[in-house]
Amino acid sequence: MSAASLSSAINAIRSSSFAHDRSALASNASHPSSSAFLGSTARLRFNPISSSAGRPRSSAAVAAVAASNVVKEKQPKSSVSGSNLLITKEEGLELYEDMVLGRAFEDMCAQMYYRGKMFGFVHLYNGQEAVSTGFIKLLKQEDSVVSTYRDHVHALSKGVPARQVMSELFGKETGCCRGQGGSMHMFSKEHNLIGGFAFIGEGIPIATGAAFTSKYKREVLKEEGCDHVTVAFFGDGTCNNGQFFECLNMAQLWKLPIIFVVENNLWAIGMSHLRATSDPQIWKKGPAFGMPGVHVDGMDVLKVREVAKEAVGRARRGEGPTLVECETYRFRGHSLADPDELREPAEKAKYAARDPIAALKKYIIESKLASEAELKAIDKKIDEVVEDAVEFADASPQPPRSQLLENVFADPKGFGIGPDGRYRCEDPNFTAGTAKV
Amino acid sequence: MAAAVFQGFGASTALSLSKSFDSKRVKLPFGRSLSERRASFVVVGSDGRVVLDSSRAQKLVTNAVATKGDSAAATSASKPGHELLLFEALQEGLEEEMERDPLVCVMGEDVGHYGGSYKVTKGLATKYGDLRVLDTPIAENSFTGMGIGAAMTGLRPIVEGMNMGFLLLAYNQISNNCGMLHYTSGGQFKIPIVIRGPGGVGRQLGAEHSQRLESYFQSIPGIQMVACSTPYNAKGLMKAAIRSDNPVILFEHVLLYNLKERIPDEEYVLSLEEAEMVRPGEHVTILTYSRMRYHVMQAAKTLVNKGYDPEVIDIRSLKPFDLYTIGNSVKKTHRVLIVEECMRTGGIGASLTAAINENFHDYLDAPIVCLSSQDVPTPYAGTLEEWTVVQPGQIVTAVEQLCK
Repeated sequence: MSAASLSSAINAIRSSSFAHDRSALASNASHPSSSAFLGSTARLRFNPISSSAGRPRSSAAVAAVAASNVVKEKQPKSSVSGSNLLITKEEGLELYEDMVLGRAFEDMCAQMYYRGKMFGFVHLYNGQEAVSTGFIKLLKQEDSVVSTYRDHVHALSKGVPARQVMSELFGKETGCCRGQGGSMHMFSKEHNLIGGFAFIGEGIPIATGAAFTSKYKREVLKEEGCDHVTVAFFGDGTCNNGQFFECLNMAQLWKLPIIFVVENNLWAIGMSHLRATSDPQIWKKGPAFGMPGVHVDGMDVLKVREVAKEAVGRARRGEGPTLVECETYRFRGHSLADPDELREPAEKAKYAARDPIAALKKYIIESKLASEAELKAIDKKIDEVVEDAVEFADASPQPPRSQLLENVFADPKGFGIGPDGRYRCEDPNFTAGTAKV
Repeated sequence: MAAAVFQGFGASTALSLSKSFDSKRVKLPFGRSLSERRASFVVVGSDGRVVLDSSRAQKLVTNAVATKGDSAAATSASKPGHELLLFEALQEGLEEEMERDPLVCVMGEDVGHYGGSYKVTKGLATKYGDLRVLDTPIAENSFTGMGIGAAMTGLRPIVEGMNMGFLLLAYNQISNNCGMLHYTSGGQFKIPIVIRGPGGVGRQLGAEHSQRLESYFQSIPGIQMVACSTPYNAKGLMKAAIRSDNPVILFEHVLLYNLKERIPDEEYVLSLEEAEMVRPGEHVTILTYSRMRYHVMQAAKTLVNKGYDPEVIDIRSLKPFDLYTIGNSVKKTHRVLIVEECMRTGGIGASLTAAINENFHDYLDAPIVCLSSQDVPTPYAGTLEEWTVVQPGQIVTAVEQLCK
């Protein structure tokens, strides 16, 4: 079975550095094979399961799913000798720039929100940049990305201009969705970003549909070269939702070219993943449906990228879906309205120390791929991009009333026939947005 | 008016229609003579809108320009068109569209190898393959969402709910994604999906298999809803729904699949937004759709014998309402009776009542009467089930009351 290639090729890397952190916390440090990332278990007040230091994660668990080729190999922390470099200079700078763009943009969002320029629910991605950059920078423009409400950075990584995203957040007509979507509904046909969904889980079937189209084009329409893949991003909370499981089943059943990426940041608003999930190891749920399930350190963009390469390659070759669980963390609250009081400061500090941008910067400098000055130049450039985005959004007009009814239907005849016998969309007031429909 | 004249059986008057039977292009003069009214025929308005006049026996004479005699059904050699059952008409429409456009595909439970639980997709999987006629696992929300995602990325899927009621599981996807995403994306992604399936009260199928979801879905912005009731409009609406770039929900009825009718051989597509004139009249406007059309026509027979002249309109388009056809009728008769199968509370009739009151209040001589099913979960027992839906006797009584 083709997944065998995954087991031999993939580097599902367990961060050995993580074990150091955990021992620093004096928690369950006694697992040599460890690889457990149980987040704040040591600190959980209510969950007795958390203290199961004896949680037999590795060998027994892997044995149980051995048939399905999940591999966890320990790799030495990315060494810095020339022969071991994982990326070229260009790639390194591209990854760095993308992550810095994500971080700077989100920080600016927070500022703008508190200044009353954007409204509603705004969910920021700070801390998770390695996942977005690690996957999306491997994709082509024709590949699709489907996200959730935490979608600003996915949009930016996929290529939607910062100006359009910021305008959308300000609710201006120059936004990528004409101001009609908002923070939680980023769409771009040009860049194949298919949402932006407010309800968790409801984007996964959409992603499955996009992957289905790709397969359909190849097999029914006979477009030989069509190898477009779809990457679906969602969180740990979503992994307890029916749509997740239903789509894992269908994707594997039909070997759809899709990658399911779980951004496990351990918290669904105030609900700890461990309090919500009977078996918190999400990667295991892949093999239950016959697809490879992989766990990766989502704070390390290079590790994510390695896993992503393999998963995307599988999908392109028609070998089917992969479930990738990225251990990551959001530095801010669930949204800008979340006071973020439940998470322990020690946990936050632990992950702050693993800031993906700092880690990549360190790697780039230590492996002499680029100088500090070059990286600083990128920082500056990004600051200018973000400033420009804000200026553009500020200067853009609000949507006019005429826009109100325009996009309800692709074919506006759908508003029907009015008492006068004409289609309502022919009413001059329709384009003015004042027609009665 | 000529109350006792209209029977509509048998005699079929040949009409000449120009060109193919296309609702938008055929032109006919108004002002039909009485003898012509006795027949089954097709009326097309001068603005190109088709208004179908069909006899109670469902004999439809269509294009009488004698060009298609060779493909006429064997049973009546001289009559044009061919006879088939409603589910076959749906299948024909579906197959024609699949033939015409390779992006059209079907997904649902048992649509492929099984041929569809009501045989609407029979034979299609053999012809088009397992991917184009996709047998899905039992996961309505997810496969409907998958259909929506496929529609957004270029395909034109038809999602079948084995029973309309099962689509309640897909409500998340239908409301949030199907209806809204074209708008939320600022018009970037269109969703040319058709969601169809049998609903309505059957023969003792129990509460959950007897649901009418049109009332639940009607508030969703961004979707259109149509209900078919004859083989002729079933095929035409199926084709129109598939060709439409809007998401369309096509409501079929479990008890109507075996209706037989003669339909044209040549291709035709109906309008999704128009209502169908079933029987012109002068005394009262009866608005109905789907299966209740037949209860109404049965009541109409009785009413005609009693000297009434009801005008019966099959509204067909449940969302949006064809307020032109409906309005013209109200302006003529000044009395409205709505007969529907969905439940009273928040039903299609409730919306229609509001729409008519808002737009045509001045033309009404009496309050609108709406006959709906009882607000009960459909019971299994035959007698109870009969009392939950509107029966012809109730319709006759209501008209008599209304016309006092």
